[in-house]
Amino acid sequence: MITHYGYIDGSGEYFIVIDSDKCNGCRKCTEKCPQNALEMVTEFIDLEDKTVAAVSETHRKKIRYTCQECEPERNKTPCVLACQQGAVKCVWKPL
Amino acid sequence: MAITAGIDMGIQTVKVVILKDGAVVGRAKASSGFEPAKAAEQAFAEALQISKSSKEEVTQILATGSGMETAPYANGNVSMMGADAKAGVFLFPSARTIVDIGAEEARAVKCDERGIMQDFVVNERCAAGAGTFIEAMARALEVKLEDMGPLSLKAERASPINASCVIFGESDVVSLIHRQESKPEIARAVFDAMADRISSMVHRLGINLDVVVVGGVAKDVGFVDSLKRKLGIKILVPEYPEYVGALGAALTAASRVKVGQQ
Amino acid sequence: MTELPKEQKEFWRWQEYHRVRNDRNWKNKDVITAGVDVGSVGSKAAIMIDGEMYAWAVTRTGSNSPDSAKKVMGMVLEDTDLKQSDIQYTVGTGYGRVNVPMANKAITEIACHAKGANYIWGPSVRTILDVGGQDIKAIHCDETGRVTAFLMNDKCAAGTGRGMEVFADLLQIPIEDIGKVSLSVDEDPPPVSCTCVAFAKTEAIGLLRKGWTKEKVLAAYTRAMAIRMANLVNRVGLEKDFVITGGQSKNIGIVSRIETILGVKTLPSPNWREGGLDPMIAGAAGAALLGKALYLKSKGS
Repeated sequence: MITHYGYIDGSGEYFIVIDSDKCNGCRKCTEKCPQNALEMVTEFIDLEDKTVAAVSETHRKKIRYTCQECEPERNKTPCVLACQQGAVKCVWKPL
Repeated sequence: MAITAGIDMGIQTVKVVILKDGAVVGRAKASSGFEPAKAAEQAFAEALQISKSSKEEVTQILATGSGMETAPYANGNVSMMGADAKAGVFLFPSARTIVDIGAEEARAVKCDERGIMQDFVVNERCAAGAGTFIEAMARALEVKLEDMGPLSLKAERASPINASCVIFGESDVVSLIHRQESKPEIARAVFDAMADRISSMVHRLGINLDVVVVGGVAKDVGFVDSLKRKLGIKILVPEYPEYVGALGAALTAASRVKVGQQ
Repeated sequence: MTELPKEQKEFWRWQEYHRVRNDRNWKNKDVITAGVDVGSVGSKAAIMIDGEMYAWAVTRTGSNSPDSAKKVMGMVLEDTDLKQSDIQYTVGTGYGRVNVPMANKAITEIACHAKGANYIWGPSVRTILDVGGQDIKAIHCDETGRVTAFLMNDKCAAGTGRGMEVFADLLQIPIEDIGKVSLSVDEDPPPVSCTCVAFAKTEAIGLLRKGWTKEKVLAAYTRAMAIRMANLVNRVGLEKDFVITGGQSKNIGIVSRIETILGVKTLPSPNWREGGLDPMIAGAAGAALLGKALYLKSKGS
């Protein structure tokens, strides 16, 4: 399951996109995030509970602000680079 | 001896500054309303009167602000970022970052010691990142906008407000009132939320000291206090923060006159 | 999520009710499961017999989740001769899912909503747009109802029931008429430039001053909202068949414009008054179905 954490508002589109099928639960992205915006959550996939990375609840509605310092428009943020599975991506389209 | 003027055609308020020999001699503002050009004419006349000069004596008039194209009398325009940088360094020679928060837009400008803009970031098109957010929350709290700041300073902590949208924030505030949360704590939460967003924007640019906060929202002691706490640095606020854009335009006009004379 | 004051809660009116399909006999069947969906506004429950809908109930969520869950469970059992103890597996979902006392397991509403949509509209459903009072969700799923992509826009009011309500208030148009009124223009004007509800208010007043009719302003705004929702759908991936659920699915002005922008017709929603299933119980239905799968798995089959 590909989850888009973030939002579209008047100022543009801001999402951290996590593919929980690819995520192996290694936690590296959560350790590398300088803002502590990522956490491990339990997701229900194919009748199993799997521990996967997610944007924490407190950051979902302000991810554009949270992520600003990492310059996500280049899609080379610490979280994206930390993931060897290619499970984390950034979508950053300011208007 | 040259007299120049700057007109800042803001979305909510039009501001005019008259400058004579490097000193502000007149300033006035008017609500933009539905005829911002008329409002600008009115503010201009008032500022002239204060400056005790006539329109004919004003050699150069430059406009700035989101409605700059509609400004009356203007000989040209100055970008909002350019005006911020120019005026910021004029007011505080040590300024290298100017944070301008208006009614519908917020921006941070990085500049050099000459007041020339080097880089900038803008938050726009979402009311939660600008003065509109504080105004709407004050309405929901049934507190006058100018009382919000002093009220928030009485709080030791902030109530929880999760909403990052003006519309949802209004319902959040209403339910906090229903739960009998204290108004000072709610007010502080409003400023903290706003400071959080502005601080991220400033970090984006990189913090270059000194940081000056201008624009209508800078008049709010509650906001400035929250931003100080959030950024953990000292913040400079000029005496008339809302006139900084107009001042920048008037200063730019003055330097253009000087260049023209050489 | 914050509780809205009572009078702001209901964007589209809906009725509390329960229904039993008496043509289905539960005796001697293998698996009886239940799904309880405690949402921020409504609580829903569904009972399934061998994965087929048997009974369901819809009620308002009260001040606490466990009581709301018990209430809706009591309602769904009414008029059946089932007892709570006859139910072999119960799944809780919705924002109060962890507080459903009778649940064997809690599952997120997204997984349940997709599974339920797959049941209500059939396995051809791939894209679901759920527009509620306070958020917009876009879901893409496969033919089994397994979620493949998901997005929730809960930061911004634009396009939500709440956002439409603010705009309808501004134009003084009754909320239930806004869809129809927005379609009463001959041709759609260009969309408003700013989707932020707070700024759109200013823009709308400016347009009215310029001599635009209320209908035209509403059309321009509804169009902007539809474009935005279409963007959300495209982000998770649009594929036929497509359904719109939630309060805004009753806003014909939004639905028809999204259909035009995306170039896809939505599948019509069944009407429970005419013997169909209620789209409101999608989450509860999905929970009951996942409950069946979990029950069978626990029995090792």
